[in-house]
Amino acid sequence: MFADYSMSELGAIFAMQGFAGLILFSVFVLMALGLAIIFGQMGVINMAHGEFMILGAYVTYLISNLFADYMPALFSGYFFLAMILAFIAAGLLGMIVEWLMIRHLYKRPLDTLLATWGLSLILQQVYRSVFGAREVGVTIPDWMMGSVYLTDLVEVPINGIFVMVLALTISLAVYFMMFRSSWGRQVRAVTQNRVMAGAVGIDTGWTDRMTFGIGCGVAGVAGAAFTMIGSTGPTSGQLYIVDTFLVVVFGGAASLLGTIASAFTISQAQSIMEFFLSGSMAKVLTLLVVVGILMIRPQGLFSLKLRK
Amino acid sequence: MSDDNHLKNNPNSSGPSRRAVLAGGTALTASLFAPKFLQAADFPTAEVNTTGLAVTDDTVTIGILHSITGTMAISETGSVQAEKLAIDQINAQGGILGRKIEYIQEDGASDWPTFAEKARKLLVNDKVASVMGCWTSASRKAVLPVFEQNNGFLYYPTFYEGLEQSPNVIYTGQEATQQIIAGLDWVVRERGAESFYLLGSDYIWPRTSNKIARKHIEDFLGLKVVGEEYYPLGHTQFNSVINKIRLRKPDVIYAIVVGGSNVAFYKQLKAAGIDMTQEDPLLLTISVTEDEIRGIGGENIEGAYACMKYFQSLDNPNNIAFVKAFKEMWGEDMVIGDVTQAAYLGPWLWKAAVEKAGSFDVDKVREASPGIELQSAPEGYVRIHENHHLWSKTRVGKAQADGQYEVVFETAELVEPDPFPEGYQ
Repeated sequence: MFADYSMSELGAIFAMQGFAGLILFSVFVLMALGLAIIFGQMGVINMAHGEFMILGAYVTYLISNLFADYMPALFSGYFFLAMILAFIAAGLLGMIVEWLMIRHLYKRPLDTLLATWGLSLILQQVYRSVFGAREVGVTIPDWMMGSVYLTDLVEVPINGIFVMVLALTISLAVYFMMFRSSWGRQVRAVTQNRVMAGAVGIDTGWTDRMTFGIGCGVAGVAGAAFTMIGSTGPTSGQLYIVDTFLVVVFGGAASLLGTIASAFTISQAQSIMEFFLSGSMAKVLTLLVVVGILMIRPQGLFSLKLRK
Repeated sequence: MSDDNHLKNNPNSSGPSRRAVLAGGTALTASLFAPKFLQAADFPTAEVNTTGLAVTDDTVTIGILHSITGTMAISETGSVQAEKLAIDQINAQGGILGRKIEYIQEDGASDWPTFAEKARKLLVNDKVASVMGCWTSASRKAVLPVFEQNNGFLYYPTFYEGLEQSPNVIYTGQEATQQIIAGLDWVVRERGAESFYLLGSDYIWPRTSNKIARKHIEDFLGLKVVGEEYYPLGHTQFNSVINKIRLRKPDVIYAIVVGGSNVAFYKQLKAAGIDMTQEDPLLLTISVTEDEIRGIGGENIEGAYACMKYFQSLDNPNNIAFVKAFKEMWGEDMVIGDVTQAAYLGPWLWKAAVEKAGSFDVDKVREASPGIELQSAPEGYVRIHENHHLWSKTRVGKAQADGQYEVVFETAELVEPDPFPEGYQ
């Protein structure tokens, strides 16, 4: 199958395919980090994760319109403000949801699955009523479109690089928050032993609320970033939810490192297979491999030792 | 209610939209009736309705069955709007056989069993005289047994894969060959294309359409397909396939990607530096109407070609009046895609058939339907074929940055619908 191409063409294709895999990896990391925080640290199965992402996307849409109408001169920079506001909006909504709904269900994890699924339907219909059933187009600043030529043949899309940098930044931020701050220590303490953590004076209720809020906020930032590469509509969040859970469960729910390792494995496998097989077959094979590995290792790639 | 408001927005009855509609309606019925409003008294209810449909002395009730919630609402909203507009205009013109059309709207909720259940409710409980509805093939297949069992009559607006012909359905959109063949011929003739890369979402419509496209390219045109590929519905990462397209260097990318994937595909194509205005490769699609471009963004798809039967930019008096009336009713920022226009034809075709039959009875309407002509259609003249599909023209449009298509080609003659094409299966 390679006979028709010259060596330099093949080299270029492999290089670009490598980048495609890395971009997919970054997308997976962005999608999964928020869920890994919520599912991994709190054990809450948040089926509305996709809808929190889309909230971020709609915030980006609103900000882009605002800038286009009132501050066209600053339009090229609106995206950064949009991401910050997306984080705040999704985070606040997450905290409200935790307060109203989730905190009553901590002892019934399966019920959170149903409740958050219901929440996702409610949010979808709210988006539909507010923004209309049709998809909205988010205008991306010019400098973020197009691609960089590394050589004559090798091109890398700029928005892909942007997503990669963003994924790295957010991963580092989450790492420092979880493992290098006193808040992160509290979160981990509550995860490992809720009663004991409460006994030594940690406000577990507040910790839960913050954790949930930050997980949702990260989802909001991911949603804002995905306006560059995907659609923004009331049900667009559904496009991401399966892959997101796949990455988190495969990586081992409680481990952030596992999430990243799993995102890397799945994205590389998928992008290599997509190249050699057709798109649908690649997906089938990826899922088969994941199912196979989970049968041998039900706890996922990495697991945390917990006191039961 | 909306009916009254709509009329108030046109202060005098010679407002352009209404005048055009009247003109169209007149032309339509000229060969059959004197150009005056039909009076209900001339058509006693007992005579025009012998099967117990929801027809009174001054009203007739029809059903509208689309998804207004769920994932398909994004596409079906336009159809609902067009059908309501047509009903309003028909009522303003005096209704059908002197009777005002009333409608009962049901929500299929993007769920196929719900479609079947609501169809049964419309036919059995409400006894509607006809139904304008469905969008996806899956929803049509779900309601089909219900319509055939209860002898209902459905006007189905979407371009689809063909391979179906029900006595209880009028297909106002194109079947696959009407949409595919003229477009491929055009790109080969005008752009000298020789190699094609077929790409689609993974379900029945893109697969059947690409099968027809491949047969036509290989067997009839003698050219080459260098790749054929499908991605799951909702797939959002197309970087790998874009690399493959680069490697195979086709003259034409033939894309039938739908839904949210559509947006991802075109954004990533643009970001990967494939500038469609260069036409190297040229992109030809049959799945992107003006409606979808709103989500994709005009700047991301500028220069691509679409093969449809209708574009909002069509320059003819029918269409100018239609676009104006549509925007007056639903807002200035509305766009109208191919399917929306096809949905608009439904009530008009039904009206013409009922008037020709002189009856609302489904059997008589079905008998009267073949040969029904519509001079007033926004896409231009159309006619119902014996096989319940429409004769209509095929057009190719070039996407502009403002989200509209510029029509670059249209077939000289109406294209015959052929839902079971020989040599293509």
